[in-house]
Amino acid sequence: METVVFLIPLFLLLGAASLGLLALLKTRGLKVPDRLVGYLAISGPVLAFLCSFALFRNVGHDRFVADGWNWVLAGDSWVPVRFMVDQLTCVMLLVVTGIGTLIHVYSTGYMKGDGGYIRFFSFLNLFMFFMLVLVLADNFLMLFVGWEGVGLCSYLLIGFWYDRMFTATMSTAQAGMKAFIVNRIGDAGFVLGMLLIYRTAGTLSFHELRQFVAANPEVFLEGSGFFGVSLATAIGLLLLLGATGKSAQIPLFVWLPDAMAGPTPVSALIHAATMVTAGVYVVGRMNFLFALSPTAMIVVSTIGALTAFFAGTIAMTQNDIKKVLAYSTVSQLGYMFVAVGLGAVSVAVFHLVTHAFFKACLFLGSGSVIHAMHHEQDMRKMGGLRKKMPITCATMTVSAIAMAGIPPLSGFFSKDEILWKAFDNDLGHGWFLWILGMAAAFCTAIYMGRLIFMTFAGSCRADEHTKAHLHESPRSMTGVLTVLAIGAALVGFLNVPHFLGGHGAFSAFVDHAVNPEVHAHHEAKFAAEASLAVMSVMVAVVGLLVAWRFYVKDPTLPAQVVDKHQDIYELVHDKYRVDEFYDRSVTQPLVRLAEGTLFKVIDRKLIDDTINGLAGVFRWLGARLASTQTGAARTYVAVMIVGLLLVILSLFT
Amino acid sequence: MLSLVLFLPLFGAFALLLVNKSSEKTIKYGALAVTLATFLLSLPLFGAYEAGGASLFQLEESADWIPSLGIRYAVAVDGISLLLVLLVNFLMPIVVVGSVKTITRRHRDFYVLILLLQSFMLGAFMARDLFLFYMFWELMVVPMYFIIGVWGGKPRIYAAMKFFIYTLFGSLPMLVAVIYLFMKLKHQAAGDPGAVASYSLDALAGLSLTLKEQWLCFLAFGLSFAVKVPMFPFHTWLPDAHTEAPTPGSVVLAGVLLKMGGYGFLRFAIPMFPNAVEQAAPVIYFLATFGIVYAALVALIQTDVKRLVAYSSVSHMGLVVLGIFALNGDGIRGSVYQMLAHGLTTGGLFLLVGMIYERRHTREFSQYGGIAKRMPIFATFFIIITLGSVGMPGLNGFVGEFLIFMGTFRVSPFTAIIAVTGVVFGAWYMLATVRKIFFGQITRDENRNLRDIDGREIALLCPLVLMIVLMGVAPGPFIAKMEPSVKAIVETYQSAIGK
Repeated sequence: METVVFLIPLFLLLGAASLGLLALLKTRGLKVPDRLVGYLAISGPVLAFLCSFALFRNVGHDRFVADGWNWVLAGDSWVPVRFMVDQLTCVMLLVVTGIGTLIHVYSTGYMKGDGGYIRFFSFLNLFMFFMLVLVLADNFLMLFVGWEGVGLCSYLLIGFWYDRMFTATMSTAQAGMKAFIVNRIGDAGFVLGMLLIYRTAGTLSFHELRQFVAANPEVFLEGSGFFGVSLATAIGLLLLLGATGKSAQIPLFVWLPDAMAGPTPVSALIHAATMVTAGVYVVGRMNFLFALSPTAMIVVSTIGALTAFFAGTIAMTQNDIKKVLAYSTVSQLGYMFVAVGLGAVSVAVFHLVTHAFFKACLFLGSGSVIHAMHHEQDMRKMGGLRKKMPITCATMTVSAIAMAGIPPLSGFFSKDEILWKAFDNDLGHGWFLWILGMAAAFCTAIYMGRLIFMTFAGSCRADEHTKAHLHESPRSMTGVLTVLAIGAALVGFLNVPHFLGGHGAFSAFVDHAVNPEVHAHHEAKFAAEASLAVMSVMVAVVGLLVAWRFYVKDPTLPAQVVDKHQDIYELVHDKYRVDEFYDRSVTQPLVRLAEGTLFKVIDRKLIDDTINGLAGVFRWLGARLASTQTGAARTYVAVMIVGLLLVILSLFT
Repeated sequence: MLSLVLFLPLFGAFALLLVNKSSEKTIKYGALAVTLATFLLSLPLFGAYEAGGASLFQLEESADWIPSLGIRYAVAVDGISLLLVLLVNFLMPIVVVGSVKTITRRHRDFYVLILLLQSFMLGAFMARDLFLFYMFWELMVVPMYFIIGVWGGKPRIYAAMKFFIYTLFGSLPMLVAVIYLFMKLKHQAAGDPGAVASYSLDALAGLSLTLKEQWLCFLAFGLSFAVKVPMFPFHTWLPDAHTEAPTPGSVVLAGVLLKMGGYGFLRFAIPMFPNAVEQAAPVIYFLATFGIVYAALVALIQTDVKRLVAYSSVSHMGLVVLGIFALNGDGIRGSVYQMLAHGLTTGGLFLLVGMIYERRHTREFSQYGGIAKRMPIFATFFIIITLGSVGMPGLNGFVGEFLIFMGTFRVSPFTAIIAVTGVVFGAWYMLATVRKIFFGQITRDENRNLRDIDGREIALLCPLVLMIVLMGVAPGPFIAKMEPSVKAIVETYQSAIGK
């Protein structure tokens, strides 16, 4: 099995490298048929999926460790290149390779005819390689390789159409850069977290760290371990900063909506199903450490709840179909943070899985719509597409309902479990999380209903030309949509909660990895759980009904409401103007400081003028020695060599 | 063996002088043959040096030179100098091939100077005699001065002069200190008939100096090293020198010359003046950290590509100094690694900038934009090397950076926080560079017919990229070579300051 572990990323690396080479050769005139590229691109993900499945079948209650070579010498011990597969890894592997394969298949259709066809798949393969390294990593340093690598591929793919504009003021390349830089800010926290872990425990390996923490919990609990807080809190918050970057949470969520500049399959794979869940994954992995710090836990869950709510409100006001989905992703990731922040890792991971299905389906569906609409993304110009695009419409509707939380589709099971955990815990701020969670759920139902109704219901608002060309997408695309929609409908049954007569099989599996000590004890709170579930379903239904009333029954209503609450609407529509705030308070002051003070005053005035003053003295001296300066380089060289010869000669005398 | 490697380029330079200066081809191929031969000859050194062998310095060769003054010709390598020697010899053939199109006049003089420079640099890294080191240290400046002054851009005289004055300003005090140390040793040896006064580094290491003496000597040596690194606030010669230097000059400057400063601190300052180092460390810490962020911010607003890369060098080398003065294994190991990595990535970046300069004769960002369409292969290389430079894990820059952070964090978490922040800016300005040059629409007609890099240029970049990846994925063999030396430096230091 150890070999299999190494094969998984290797397939993708080979794919990425060979495709990359082909892409470069193509610029020199090599003809590469698209079909060949397609097969080559898909083969890596498929093989990796098969291997992942084999691991999943064999892992049982155990873990696999696969050793590579010594990488970096830190302190007195080498940090190895080492992969580790436990139950949590298995789930992540299956999600990444499974969804990854589907999205590769979809992309062969979606990207057809694009000038950068080969380059696209090369990047996409490379992304999967790094994502697999991330989830397979046995230590922080390896994880960081994947962590930065996926960020890089995200950057490359957001800016894939590097000569295009994304919005009137922002190019795709700028959007890509923004993603990378904002992530780097988070990474600074992540790196510091690693450093602190290493200084404290002397290891970067997850497994050894866990043993260390179990043996010496008191080390992490001391009051002023690091700048006045306990080490567990400090490490937790530093890692959290990294996680908020990658998973687009407050305060670093601003890059994700702009990441929509990339091709839609990229949004589906990287910016919905896989990469953005890395933050959740890390916090989940480090559950044993977070558990030692109630402060860190409270911060994680609160950030999650706030993000879920605020992003949910923004999603209701966006008109770009992909922007709605982007904010929706931010919001759903917020739910996952609530769960990991409550220590309910398996619940968070479950939502991660269901979300991967319905959000990937929604993104790919929107891609299908955009494809048909000649790259129109504004929902105000859509409508009535259900007739021309029945499969896209059906699959997206299923996924939307799943996300809204209508039973028995998957979103109901995963989201309801999170809301229940928010309600039923002893951290003291559960009511706050629950209320925000319910409010976000209400938003979810509204914006999902709104998206479906604006796109597919009513009559088409597009121009005649677009209307005439409306068409359902090719089979490679609709087939994938269908598979994803079936998944979005059914995966919920993997984890039917006890109060509905299930066994929580999924949670039990993941708990082997994250909470092996804790055996779930089930108090008889079934009645409470059931009544909360009824409430959340009601909220979802009401939300969908509101959306129906606003966007189907009486389409003039939204405008009326907006008129009445102009200020609030604009604030939300402008995404609470967080981007503008960052720009004014961080970016611009830094640039001004660099330009005005550092460069012009310190470099030019203070230092250079001093040196030039000195140079003046030398020049005065030089004028008196000018006769030796002939200005001919040849003479200088000759003199130098003669001098050298003398020196060397003296060596032998 | 070492002497052969050391003098081969020098003999090559003499041989080139015999060639008719109009036979360009012979000169170019001759220079290439010499640098390649030197590189190939130095490869076995890597195997020959036994890390963890009986003595730290191996492959020693020595002879009396000026016995009356106790000056000896003595060369040897330890793990650190071995790697730096290899860096020099790896880069020089690339520099020569990279010069072919850039240097359009006085071919012979140019290649002679390049070969001289190579010997001098090798000499400085190999020297086991302080006087010998000082000689090479000073000699090195001369060819560089001419390379900038003769083949440079328009304000080259100003840049060359600035380079010269800075260096001179830095090294005169060092000369005084070198002589003082010699006299001191002579004085101490006077009572002991068996002892001989010499500049031998082993003998000097045994010298006991008062704290005051240490401080004065440290200042004299340190200033010289700080200028060369260059450390804030002695850095302003670098952007000018880089901007005006011809591409090969910049590559050598960034690739090797700057490393002399870091090497000097490690080889001389810390072992010889440990108590002064201990006291000075906080100040240097502050300057280095300030420099990292400062240079990164200044890089952010540059409009000239070369100047930007120059400031990024200042920022990265600040990291090197930070690691060295962490004075622990992680920090020093990281610094040495970062020096090697920086030599490759920044050398590579200057080569890349040179390639585009040859095509468009401008380095202003505003003149570019969208050229990824025209030059996809070039763009690919540029992005990979940029990623190496900003410390992408899996490439060489990350290893050194991370180790330096680890070393720094042990000493002062606060400093580490600032330094890590500086690295965020690193990504910012480098990616902005990539964006401004390669992405967007082509807006200038001159850029519409740019041709992508040719076979020669690809051949230049491939070994660089290969090493950048190799050193990122498997740093083990390199680290293993330097480890005994790193340990020795740390242990000597710690026993000297009584820890």
